[in-house]
Amino acid sequence: MNFSNLINNYEEAVAMILFGIGFSNLLLQKNLIKKIIGLNIMDTAMYLFLALKGYIAGRKAPIVVDGVQSVEAYINPIPAGLVLTGIVVSVSVTALMLSLTIRLYRRYHTLNLDEITTRLEKEGL
Amino acid sequence: MEFVQNFPFICIILSLFSGPLSSVLSGKKAKWWNAFVITAIGLMNIAVLAFVVSTGEPYVYRMGHFSAPWGNEIRVGILEAVMAVFFCVTMLLCMLGGIAEREEEIEESKQNLYYIMVNLLLSSLLALIYTNDLFTAYVFVEINTISACGLIMIRQNGRTIVAATRYMIMSLLGSGMLLLGICFLYSITGHLLMSNIQQAVWNLHETGMYQVPLLVAVGLMSVGLAVKSALFPFHGWLPDAYGYSTVSSAAILSSLVSKGYIFLLLKIFYRVIGFEVIKDSKVIHVLFVFGIAGMIIGSIDAIRENSIRRMIAYSSVAQIGYIYMGFGLGTELGVLSSVFHILCHAATKALLFLSASSLTEVSGDSTSFFDLTGAGYRNKAAGLAFTVGSLSMVGFPMLGGFISKILFAQAAVGHAYKMLPTLIALAVSTILNTVYFLKTVIRIYTPMRSEEKKEKQYKLVTMGQQPVKSAALLCFVALNLVLGLFSQPILTLLERGLSMFA
Repeated sequence: MNFSNLINNYEEAVAMILFGIGFSNLLLQKNLIKKIIGLNIMDTAMYLFLALKGYIAGRKAPIVVDGVQSVEAYINPIPAGLVLTGIVVSVSVTALMLSLTIRLYRRYHTLNLDEITTRLEKEGL
Repeated sequence: MEFVQNFPFICIILSLFSGPLSSVLSGKKAKWWNAFVITAIGLMNIAVLAFVVSTGEPYVYRMGHFSAPWGNEIRVGILEAVMAVFFCVTMLLCMLGGIAEREEEIEESKQNLYYIMVNLLLSSLLALIYTNDLFTAYVFVEINTISACGLIMIRQNGRTIVAATRYMIMSLLGSGMLLLGICFLYSITGHLLMSNIQQAVWNLHETGMYQVPLLVAVGLMSVGLAVKSALFPFHGWLPDAYGYSTVSSAAILSSLVSKGYIFLLLKIFYRVIGFEVIKDSKVIHVLFVFGIAGMIIGSIDAIRENSIRRMIAYSSVAQIGYIYMGFGLGTELGVLSSVFHILCHAATKALLFLSASSLTEVSGDSTSFFDLTGAGYRNKAAGLAFTVGSLSMVGFPMLGGFISKILFAQAAVGHAYKMLPTLIALAVSTILNTVYFLKTVIRIYTPMRSEEKKEKQYKLVTMGQQPVKSAALLCFVALNLVLGLFSQPILTLLERGLSMFA
């Protein structure tokens, strides 16, 4: 097998590994706060990936200063815009998750989702 | 440009701004404003539908007047307009049908918050239907998720908060995968507008470049949206979320929210990737297998369930399975039957949730199956509505469910190796559906013994006492009959819509 592509694109590989870590944390952790941390790692990995895809070494942000108008001098600004939008989305989602966690903690005095579920079944509500 | 072409944009913005407006209105005013907004949006969409049908071709609406590769676009064809009209009608009826429950179950000071969520939900659904930009679609998917979470947890008890948390976790996993898929697709095609991506993907398909990233992107987006719309192995959150939230929420979630994601997936298949490329990929086989598994296992779970609300929720899992099975067939007819089933399931499932809540109301607020004995006599309108909904789900002729079942069977016939599993799964799932729905129908029409009647003292509800809810139920019954009896014109319309969808 040829691993040279993997080594050349090691940044993307790192982003994907981080995505996997975040994803499995969000899915498998029992503690709600750890789940939220997993969510943030997953989202951040995605922004890393987008930012890497949008960056070309040696080029600058597309703001014309010295009258250089050649396309070769600048990078595509859209991935950066997407990252910003994504950050807004992930902030609001994280806030919602945290508020749900506070609600659950006040009611059950634990952050363990499995324990909350078993207690609900005992209550038989 | 005709003035009517602005309506899709006006609908989205009107609904989006009604949300903040509802936050400063009192609960009662917000309720009427919300009903007015949904009606107005429905009427505007009917005008758009009439316009698109008369011109016979889709049109592109440039947001901010920047043209193709740079700007953001709305694209309107017949299929989109039909969906938008149908979603508005269903949402209005769901909201009208659940007024009494909402006023009882939601705190007085939080009434108006419910309407914020509903307005945001409607605007995100409309945006998902109309948008032609993949990243805009992602943003509205998230808005949809957040407002759906609000709809679940507005009725405050432990169950709904846990259900909302579980729903958020699964949805976030789904949207993570969707976003990663979009990033992959953007990095290999360089576009975000759907029509441009399709050209780029077609070039890649012809030249055979980047086949693996393309497959990964398609797989991630399909699985992500499947998780969000509760396809079979990812349905763990669904029974609690539908079973314990207030009844309008359950009806809206099951009939509209999951359908919005499915419609986006359909759009990705047709317009972003292109149906020819999708047919060649292996992703649809995966959807086919899980769809069939969902049809059977969802029905078995529903049979084992004792609470009527949770039973209907599990039945949703089976019906979502039908829709994915239709996608999985990979033929035009299969997709057409799935689209028809989206309409049919939306009309029927909302009807079932609304009538089930009326039936539990006259059975001492117990959702347990055995307490429902004779409930059909105590509330005649709800009994009739539940019977019609059940028969439609089972596939009784004259009702919508029959048409979609026969379409699925027709779509499967002639398919080389998917014909047999599809037909067997349809037959088995129909029998299982019959078991649990007709069991309930027989139960609600079994007269109570007279000593039991004296002991329990359940109240009687006539149609005159709940005029709005009864009217909503009867409208849903009529909608089911329309889907069943006038299916040919609707199918022709959907077929024309699908042909101009790509």
